[in-house]
Amino acid sequence: MSTNTIVSLPDQSTARIPKDNYITRENGLLSWLLTSDHKRIAILYLISITFFFFIGGALAGLIRLELLTPQTDLMATDTYNKVFTMHGVIMVFFFLVPSVPATLGNFFIPMMIGAKDLALPKINLLSWYLYMAGGLLALYTMAIGGVDTGWTFTTPLSTHYVNTNVLTTGLAVFVAGFSSILTGLNFIVTIHKMRAPGMTWFRLPLFIWAHYAASILMVLATPVVAIAIVLVALERTLGIGVFDPTKGGDPLLFQHLFWFYSHPAVYIMILPGMGVISEVISTFSRKRVFGYTAVAFSSVAIAVFGFFVWAHHMFIMGISNYAVLVFSLLTMLVAVPSAIKIFNWTFTLYKGSITFETPLLYAFGFMGLFTIGGMTGVFLGSSGTDIHLTETYFIVAHFHFVMVGGMLMAFLAGIHFWWPKMTGRMYPEKISQLAAVVTFIGFNLTFFPQFILGMLGMPRRYASYPPEFQILNVFSTAGATILGVGYLLPVLYLIWSLRYGAIAGDNPWQATGLEWQTQSPPLTENFTVMPVMDHEAYDYEWLEEQQKKEAHRAG
Amino acid sequence: MSHISPVIWQFLVKWLTNFALLPPEASKIAPQMDALLFFMVLVSLIGLTIVVLLVVSFSILYNKKRHPVAVQIEGSTLLEATWTIIPLGLFLMMFVWGALIYFRVYTPPANAMNIYVVGKQWMWKVEHPGGQHEINALHVPTGRAVQLTLISQDVFHSFSIPAFRVKREAIPGRYTTVWFEATTLGTYHLFCTQYCGTNHSQMIGDVVVMTPEEYRKWLVRSDSGASLAQDGERLFASLSCAACHNARPDARGPSLANVYGAKLALASGGTVIADDAYLREAILNPSQHVTQGYAPIMPTYQGQISEEGVIALIEYIKNLNSDYRIEQTLNTTDMPPGSEGTAPKAPATKGTVKP
Repeated sequence: MSTNTIVSLPDQSTARIPKDNYITRENGLLSWLLTSDHKRIAILYLISITFFFFIGGALAGLIRLELLTPQTDLMATDTYNKVFTMHGVIMVFFFLVPSVPATLGNFFIPMMIGAKDLALPKINLLSWYLYMAGGLLALYTMAIGGVDTGWTFTTPLSTHYVNTNVLTTGLAVFVAGFSSILTGLNFIVTIHKMRAPGMTWFRLPLFIWAHYAASILMVLATPVVAIAIVLVALERTLGIGVFDPTKGGDPLLFQHLFWFYSHPAVYIMILPGMGVISEVISTFSRKRVFGYTAVAFSSVAIAVFGFFVWAHHMFIMGISNYAVLVFSLLTMLVAVPSAIKIFNWTFTLYKGSITFETPLLYAFGFMGLFTIGGMTGVFLGSSGTDIHLTETYFIVAHFHFVMVGGMLMAFLAGIHFWWPKMTGRMYPEKISQLAAVVTFIGFNLTFFPQFILGMLGMPRRYASYPPEFQILNVFSTAGATILGVGYLLPVLYLIWSLRYGAIAGDNPWQATGLEWQTQSPPLTENFTVMPVMDHEAYDYEWLEEQQKKEAHRAG
Repeated sequence: MSHISPVIWQFLVKWLTNFALLPPEASKIAPQMDALLFFMVLVSLIGLTIVVLLVVSFSILYNKKRHPVAVQIEGSTLLEATWTIIPLGLFLMMFVWGALIYFRVYTPPANAMNIYVVGKQWMWKVEHPGGQHEINALHVPTGRAVQLTLISQDVFHSFSIPAFRVKREAIPGRYTTVWFEATTLGTYHLFCTQYCGTNHSQMIGDVVVMTPEEYRKWLVRSDSGASLAQDGERLFASLSCAACHNARPDARGPSLANVYGAKLALASGGTVIADDAYLREAILNPSQHVTQGYAPIMPTYQGQISEEGVIALIEYIKNLNSDYRIEQTLNTTDMPPGSEGTAPKAPATKGTVKP
């Protein structure tokens, strides 16, 4: 046992992918498009969010290219405005919000709690169709000329002053919102009702806790953004005047409604990623997550506090000073559970038996980048410093550290971690470790200079900028190129592995989750017999016993 | 140095010599803001170092080769309490420190000199009380508290002066204020930081900080011939405000003398302080703001008067401290604009003036 890996694969000369599994059970395009199997729907989501990620990424590339020089030379300012708007809309609503929950959550929530499927399989398929309808509508909007309101749709700019496709974009987000609500609802019902015998709340993997917290946010917050969008549409078409000061409306009201969703949305995006990190760190250090209960409740705390911090996006907008005090204080409180998580993950490593496969490298990347993202969030949550830093590149860097450095790293950690379970084959280890390192370097080079740009005062959403900011922008653009390579690599080698990857067997990582105690790829029914949970989560001793019994039986 | 690329040259010269991580500190609040920023950077660096050191050292100490069997540990209430309470304490400290700075930035001193700023797609219009108008520029003296009263004529804009570490949203239909005291001579960036449409990135300008002496000269040089209050007076006459607000015993509207800052009783019950925001509302939505004892007959001026016009009217009303002053205004309706004989300064009290 002196090798530095936990991977235990079956003998490759005799191993076969099980003939009957969720992929081979039925054939043909229709069998996928009309499926109600959560695993197949997860694969549909995986393909579609990857597609949208690369569209959003291409737009990001255009932004970085334009910002290579201080002048507007690549595109007109209107085009630039459309490009960053569509980048935001696509990345937030069509990649980040569904990323982990709709793919990994969809695939593994039922398997982790020992269920056959989600509670509402057809609703699950409906979610995907709504998501696709929204996504295609967003693409259609881009094709017919795009929209230039910024992804925040700030009124009265969006209601009275732009002539671009606000309504179709709004409709796209509105429709995609229902997809998110239905997914959240499905998860909540499933986690309440479909747990296997013995799977009590405190035996749930932390991935489930994180998704449960995120689902509550999806169900309660998303309707508010839907309402806000409907009001924008009514204001644009009928001029009802809710946000129009000349008719007695309040233009700030829109921002209250919008951030009432969009701040919790940040936690919708990050919480499932945190769930992934808990699983990965436990598996690769062979230890139960340090302070399971604290980590579980910190997810819930983030979800609860997350609802009461929205006005920290509006500190400089003339809301009352006392409101600023309250929202600033609550923002500080919401930072604490994140700090708890970081330290608990770190101490999970303590006295573990650590191996450094790709998922753990991505998880380490997450911890570093999310720590920076979280700490700089405190800079912005403190009302005084927010005055100087808000609406600058500091904010851009901050939320990219959280969303891209945090969520995307977690997503990639999860994809690599569960890839053998989803496909039955291993990804190639060496090149994927390289990809993780390239991503980490590229990310820092892209976004770290933006913190300095923001401190120096460079405003966000500028197509041109004073020449003294150029050098940092050049660094940032150079980093984006490296980052692009880091994201392309996994697509290539993961596709390669579908055919040529080593056969993974049931449990290549020796992980404890129920999803690993069945064949890879799983049967359509997930389990042949209903699993009974007779041990705690992350019980590596139980797993060892189990394997001994198995060996005994085989012997 | 000709073999160095101009981009890198610029970096060396401009960025390293002029800037480090923050723009120059050119206002009284800037060093205070920077102190907190440095504290936060320090705490972040320490926090990050702790996390990285722990991860690296655990990775070395407990990798599988060296530590083949993991020791299961449930958790530690003491440790967890430590990393809950210490971050919480630090965050609360940053909250209090930040709030102190926030209140300082947005609470102007009573003796501050007021300058109006109107944002519109895509320019900043600055109106000095003396009638000096500027576009995409702001001239201020050192050593004097300057309050900006901001409003937007269309969409949200945001008035940002990084060198002063101040920023305030210019909102349609609502006045917002911010203040600063410039300390260092120079020309600094002025940005619009709230995305406002096509030419958002061209809604920029210069803030010029001058010595009080230079500033006085600049004021004289930039004189437009009429103060803001005089502009307001003309509007007051041409919009026929004086037909009702004429301070006569049978006047259909309340007298506006000394109304600024006064407590008014409203017809709807309740009282209100007549500040800038109230006066603006009362001009644009008069039916919502009827003073007790008067009929709701005032028409709305919504759409008939620009934000600069409203500002001029408010500035005029601010300076109205006697009914005599209003009577003087009445007379100006007969005169061609610019030739009125009214002095820019009104008599202090009614009693001292002969009718």
